[in-house]
Amino acid sequence: MDEQQHTIVSYGTLTAAWIALLFLTALTVGITRLDLGGYKVLGALTIACLKGGVVIAFFMQMRYEGRLLRWLLFVALVTLAIFIGITFFDVLYR
Amino acid sequence: MTHPVHKDDFGAKLGMWLFLFTELLLFGGLFLLYAAYLHRYPREFAAAGKELDWMLGTANTVILLTSSLCAAMSVTAVQRGDNRRALGLLGGTILCAAGFLAIKYVEWGAKFGHGIYPGSERLRGGAPGESVFFSLYFMTTGIHGLHVLIGGGLLAWIATRVRAGRVAAGNHVLLENGALYWHLVDLVWIFIFPLYYLVL
Repeated sequence: MDEQQHTIVSYGTLTAAWIALLFLTALTVGITRLDLGGYKVLGALTIACLKGGVVIAFFMQMRYEGRLLRWLLFVALVTLAIFIGITFFDVLYR
Repeated sequence: MTHPVHKDDFGAKLGMWLFLFTELLLFGGLFLLYAAYLHRYPREFAAAGKELDWMLGTANTVILLTSSLCAAMSVTAVQRGDNRRALGLLGGTILCAAGFLAIKYVEWGAKFGHGIYPGSERLRGGAPGESVFFSLYFMTTGIHGLHVLIGGGLLAWIATRVRAGRVAAGNHVLLENGALYWHLVDLVWIFIFPLYYLVL
């Protein structure tokens, strides 16, 4: 059967991901202390998505997974996006 | 051994991911409620959000990111046959989980002290948007906190199996799945943190 060989992610790679996450945390705290109006939410959420991406790719090892898991993740995220999109279509144009 | 041991690591991991997707949708629903009510009560949300301490939120973010690093490293350690180091790293993750919950306890305690809890006099008498904000805050951080508690317990149990050598290189999918659950807890917090503590 589909024998999945396990990738070993080095301590160095994981530490680099952690440093990137700390940097992005500092950045998001920094920009939200400024008076940016509506861009604050946009900026903070963009950074949160980037951080989420780093966690999923490196800590959760999605980067090293096969096609099936990647596609399933994609489908789950699209489902969530559809929920959010349709709700806002209702909330904003009611 | 007479019977070949049935082992399907990929199937185990696939099952874990499917479960995690349902978790994503659970928290996604809570974030969706937050967004819809933020749109309806922008001023009340901004005023209520100022009550949360962003420094404590930042501290908890750093703690959870570090705990995730330890959990991910423990998988690497086991894969390299270093169960001793994996145990230490899992201990680090559990310590971080305890620190996170301690900070959460202080935060919730301060809110309760100010008369802010679901159904309190102050919230019932205040603006409707304010009570919605705090209901969502307690609901979201409460369910997340429960996940921290469960994740910490799960990793502690897995640590006993690592110690006993029952989780070892080549037979470590249990640890991988436990770590995946823990990273999900971290992932959800990455979105709670800016939405509740920073943008308002």
